[in-house]
Amino acid sequence: MIGALLPQPVLASVKGAIEFIFTPQTSNVTGGKTVGGIDQVIELALKQLELTVLALALSLVIALPIGLYLGHRGSGELFATAIGNAGRAVPELALIAFMAAAIGVGVLNLMIALAVLGIPPILANTFVGIHQVDRSTVDAARGIGMTEFEILRKVELPLAIPTVMSGIRGATIAIVATATIAPLAGVLTLGDFIINKNVYGNNGVLAGAIMVALLALLLEFALSVIQRRITPDGLKLKLKTT
Amino acid sequence: MASPALLAAVGEVGEGFIHHRDSANRSCQAIPSKLFCWDWAREHIGRYATPTVQHLELVVFSVVIGFIVAFALALLAHRRRWLRTPLLIGTGILFTIPSVAFFFLLEPLAGRGRDTAIAALSIYTLQIIYRNTMVGLANVPASVKDAARGMGLTDRQILWKVELPLATPEIVTGLQIATVSTVAIATLAVFAGGGGLGTLIKSDLSFKTNLILAGGIAFLMAIAFGLILFVVQRLLTPWRRVETT
Repeated sequence: MIGALLPQPVLASVKGAIEFIFTPQTSNVTGGKTVGGIDQVIELALKQLELTVLALALSLVIALPIGLYLGHRGSGELFATAIGNAGRAVPELALIAFMAAAIGVGVLNLMIALAVLGIPPILANTFVGIHQVDRSTVDAARGIGMTEFEILRKVELPLAIPTVMSGIRGATIAIVATATIAPLAGVLTLGDFIINKNVYGNNGVLAGAIMVALLALLLEFALSVIQRRITPDGLKLKLKTT
Repeated sequence: MASPALLAAVGEVGEGFIHHRDSANRSCQAIPSKLFCWDWAREHIGRYATPTVQHLELVVFSVVIGFIVAFALALLAHRRRWLRTPLLIGTGILFTIPSVAFFFLLEPLAGRGRDTAIAALSIYTLQIIYRNTMVGLANVPASVKDAARGMGLTDRQILWKVELPLATPEIVTGLQIATVSTVAIATLAVFAGGGGLGTLIKSDLSFKTNLILAGGIAFLMAIAFGLILFVVQRLLTPWRRVETT
């Protein structure tokens, strides 16, 4: 049905790409290296996933406590929003290349470079999420004798979940997208199919693009499921009615 | 071989761009190279002009196209309630797909080059602008709309004279976020053969002076767009200033 809508060459490229994903092929580079196939695709996808998860974890470890602390105290608004805004302005390609040139290639260095992209949205959203919790709710919690930590953990954080999670999702999208160009810094991810066109050919490029898109959508879907699971029921009801 | 400036103009940077360096600046290219080489920068800054203009064009075209489409979708969804969720999910899916992947997903359909890059970048802005416009329209108090209706305004007049002006802050914020992100992401347009500052970055990934210059120009461009749109927002909503003072 969709096939009828697309011109023949497009259909042929898609077919070629799908073939590339499932069956190994001979590369057009001299030496006749075998490329593609489900094993290599899975290997590179797992590497990209690993890199994304590591960078996200590092971002969370740094950004969450700072965001929670500043949000709870209600100070540093300028700092949090400036970090959030400046983070969006960081050019991915220059960042990866610069970090690779300055601190070297490899998974650990790349993890740090990618965390530069992940920290701003998490920090800014956590701050905003905690900060915007109704002050009377916090006062009530204090009134019934909760400690400051309990207020943060049992009142403010649950109420801030939607905002915090949207920051984490934004960070994940940025990290997984940029992990695609990780081969430039010596870590082979799915982006290798895209960047090294001369090795993998046109089929490989399109196959890589398809797999990167699927991986990003899968991560986004997983996070939306997690968000649903950890959002308090009361908040879900409130979101539904407004 | 064509001159670097000419190559840069068509979105390609010749190998000679950076590796062909005069002996006076040799120390700049030694590995590990210096963090930033002022002499080299002063001498070659002119070569950054064309890619900067290309980058600017990529961003402006993408954001303008993205804004027109997203704004139209938002107005449509405002009228037809049932479209809201499908459009939110649809633009969300497009937003999630990494732009590098998008360039190559579009390649069989649209080929390589600037137009493909602009198409992918504008698709990326849809979600941000659409969502912010919807939030802005939803934030308009019902009482204001009631008052407008009571004064005899038609639905169309209410939309253009009451709802949209009141939703301006959110709409411009969406535009701001979309523009700043697009400046950064447009560095990846080099993979689609779209030119821009990414071309310079990719031409020598190990020469830090070049990376700082090209990346710095992109970063400053993004910040400048952010500030301009911040001022635009203030100018478009004079009543907000009265409220806060």
